[in-house]
Amino acid sequence: MKLLSLICAVALATPALSALAEEVVVYSARNEQLIKPLFDTYTRDTGVQIKFITGGEGPLMERLKAEGQNTPADILLTVDAGNLWQAAHEGLLRPIQSKTLQENVPPHLRDPGNEWFGLSVRARTLVYNTTKVKPADLSTYEDLADPKWKGRLCLRTSKKVYNQSLVAMMITEHGEPKAQSIVKGWVSNLATAPFPDDTKAIEAVANGQCDVTLVNTYYFGRLMEKSPNLPVAIFWPNQNQANKDAGVHVNVSGAGVTHHAKNPAGAQKLLEWLSSDKAQNLFADNNLEYPVNPKVKPDQTVAAWGSFKQNLINVKEAGSLQAQAVKLMDRVGYK
Amino acid sequence: MTDHTLPQRPSPEPGVITSAGFRLDGWGLFATLVAALVLVPVLVSFSSFAEINRDLLAHLTQFVLPELILNTVWLILGVALGVSVLGVSLAWLVAMCDFPGRRWLDWALLLPLALPAYVTAFVAIDLLDFSGPLQSWLRQGWGVTGLPDIRSRGGVIGVMSLALYPYVYLIAKNAFATQGAIALEAAQSLGLSRRQGFVRVALPMARPWIAAGVMLALMETLADFGTMAVFNYDTFTTAIYKAWYSLFSLPAAAQLASILILFVLLVVVFEQRSRAQMRYSTVGRSAASRRISLTPGLAWLAFAYAVTVLLLAFLIPVTQLVLWTREVILQDLDARYWAFAWHSVLLAGMGALMVVAVGLLLAYAGRHRPGSFMAWTQRLATLGYAFPGAVLAVGLFIPVATLDNWLIDTTRSWFGFQGTGILKGTLLVMLLAYLVRFLAVGFGPIDSGLHRITRNVDEAARSLGTSTSGLLTRVHLPMLRTSLRTAAVLVFVDIMKEMPITLMTRPFGWDTLAVRVFEMTSEGEWARAALPSLAIVLTGIIPVILLTWSPRPSRT
Repeated sequence: MKLLSLICAVALATPALSALAEEVVVYSARNEQLIKPLFDTYTRDTGVQIKFITGGEGPLMERLKAEGQNTPADILLTVDAGNLWQAAHEGLLRPIQSKTLQENVPPHLRDPGNEWFGLSVRARTLVYNTTKVKPADLSTYEDLADPKWKGRLCLRTSKKVYNQSLVAMMITEHGEPKAQSIVKGWVSNLATAPFPDDTKAIEAVANGQCDVTLVNTYYFGRLMEKSPNLPVAIFWPNQNQANKDAGVHVNVSGAGVTHHAKNPAGAQKLLEWLSSDKAQNLFADNNLEYPVNPKVKPDQTVAAWGSFKQNLINVKEAGSLQAQAVKLMDRVGYK
Repeated sequence: MTDHTLPQRPSPEPGVITSAGFRLDGWGLFATLVAALVLVPVLVSFSSFAEINRDLLAHLTQFVLPELILNTVWLILGVALGVSVLGVSLAWLVAMCDFPGRRWLDWALLLPLALPAYVTAFVAIDLLDFSGPLQSWLRQGWGVTGLPDIRSRGGVIGVMSLALYPYVYLIAKNAFATQGAIALEAAQSLGLSRRQGFVRVALPMARPWIAAGVMLALMETLADFGTMAVFNYDTFTTAIYKAWYSLFSLPAAAQLASILILFVLLVVVFEQRSRAQMRYSTVGRSAASRRISLTPGLAWLAFAYAVTVLLLAFLIPVTQLVLWTREVILQDLDARYWAFAWHSVLLAGMGALMVVAVGLLLAYAGRHRPGSFMAWTQRLATLGYAFPGAVLAVGLFIPVATLDNWLIDTTRSWFGFQGTGILKGTLLVMLLAYLVRFLAVGFGPIDSGLHRITRNVDEAARSLGTSTSGLLTRVHLPMLRTSLRTAAVLVFVDIMKEMPITLMTRPFGWDTLAVRVFEMTSEGEWARAALPSLAIVLTGIIPVILLTWSPRPSRT
């Protein structure tokens, strides 16, 4: 018990000591290995210390809520616009006025109320088996509900927020009844039960268990780095200008300054830096994502997949309609 | 041969009451406090009913609940059967029979304890799914298709049974080792065959212990999220997370959690009923001297069976982890891993000590103050194990943060304190959360062990002039050594693997191996998760070996 009280004493004393230097405290739902290199660079360049803790976005938000005005956190960083929207919706973030962020982050990838900003773009697209499918057979997300894909579609589970966001965007575009019949079509075209992650779904396509699936591009990139000879390729759906197709569904990982931040100015500076050229490359390339800042070029591997038209509907819709999308998927039996 | 028996709740003896006076209240108070601590997150969950979202509840009732109740029931039945069959058969073989490799299989069969169930699950899917090497080979080499899908109800049950059978194995093995031979001998002297002796005498006598092990396995199953996510198998717990993370309704999640708790309470009562019939006997002679000698054919069959289980539950998954680790070790292994491992060991060690201490006192409270009040208090105090980790973490964090906010505001107005946390930033909260979660794991073996020390032992010691404290330190503790060690190791290994509480309540800079696993798996980077997983297994193996290793392993 002596050891215990000693440790408690140390743990108590630590925050008091480190408060002397300027520091920014981050709660991050983005992986440690994806953010630590950035934070290390920032500290090296500016001398500002960054203290962060990682965790699931749900528990991190509950933690913020429970801590209220005594939270040590200055920034909440998460993946998926749905989570950012939810954080803003629950009053956990504060609006910030920053010309830099407004310039660096396109309007559809940030909160209209300036409470959060996308920092990297994640594109959700089609991956198909190159020996069994001709690119000409593919067109849109919606088309995957067509009976011609019966027994040829693989999907990741509906529990993953990426698919929930995609369905939420379809609700925005088509209205709920039509979105529901599309998702129902997907379910009836499934070749096998939904997979726990995108990588498994791509592997199923590569092995001929099904012909086409829906994934975030960086999973494709990671798998191809490991096994470059897999017979799979990326297809950018919803690109037909004449049909006024909306474009590829994109989501963001992003961040906002917490409502009760102790160092809001420092937090804002860090966010601005994260949207700058230097950080954008580090941020996106590290995980084969797309930079949010249009002036910054994507990583070579990523650029090789070709350019595409993004869906310009504000990603916040993914958040506000997420619960509705989940219920829709429950109703049609998408597991 | 002495063979004392003792009912679980003996009628209080006059000596105990008079000598105990004030202490009796102290025991009651202590037990109540522990139960109250566990009840905090439960009450936070139940308080969610203040805010009912009818639309959401109607949706869940119509589209989600029916299937997940069915899934949960199937899972419970399947895992109960699976861990019973594996655990009891292996325990019987190791404790009662002689066969090649018995000595090392004795401890090796416990190794799966160190392996998180979701790791076994992921490896199973990786190897056995359509895209996996086995099916690919069968398809390409032999044209075989249409194999049963691993991602199925049977698959989940199989993986959970392989991951959790050690709980039953460990507890049943001790019961057989201390009673089996005697029971079998008595049965044979009454003219029963060996098989009849096993089925009609030894097995029923060990049943309460088997039930205690199955109970632990089931509570773990009910609380499991990781394995279910890998299999995409919907249970109560996955629905709780869905309500919280996807539908953004913590109240709905908490409401589902309280239903789960009621369900667990039912199972606990059922299990307590069966434990109430427990009869405890002191150790007469160990089984070691007269193990059943099997015919060579049977002996090798026993060996093959035990090795197959070990292969499936431990060796194959660990081999896969090693292969994955080789891909990433140069890139990922850095000096920080020492810190992660050290944090894991330190937290697991402190948590295990704390749980064992509280478990011992709680078991003692039951001994000194038997009765239905105490029995219920003990039941409540051990409910935390069935609580889904993240819900438990939130249920504890909210009251702690509230208390903390009050403390901060008070100290700020009195002393001008400028910090943002008093309790939250310390390890104390984490350790309390571990206590709530793992008390059941530590309490079970200690309580069973304590019950085995009969009152006659106490009276004999007292008649020789031993004081109450002397009774504990000089008589009971030495006799409880194995039970305490079992409890400590089980809790240690469980905390090493634990994720949600560690993620939620750790102070800045207290990342552990399990946190690393979370970081990697949350993005589906299984190969990179292999390194910290392997580190957990390696660190967890040490206490598992210590648990069974002793100069005379079967004498307890």
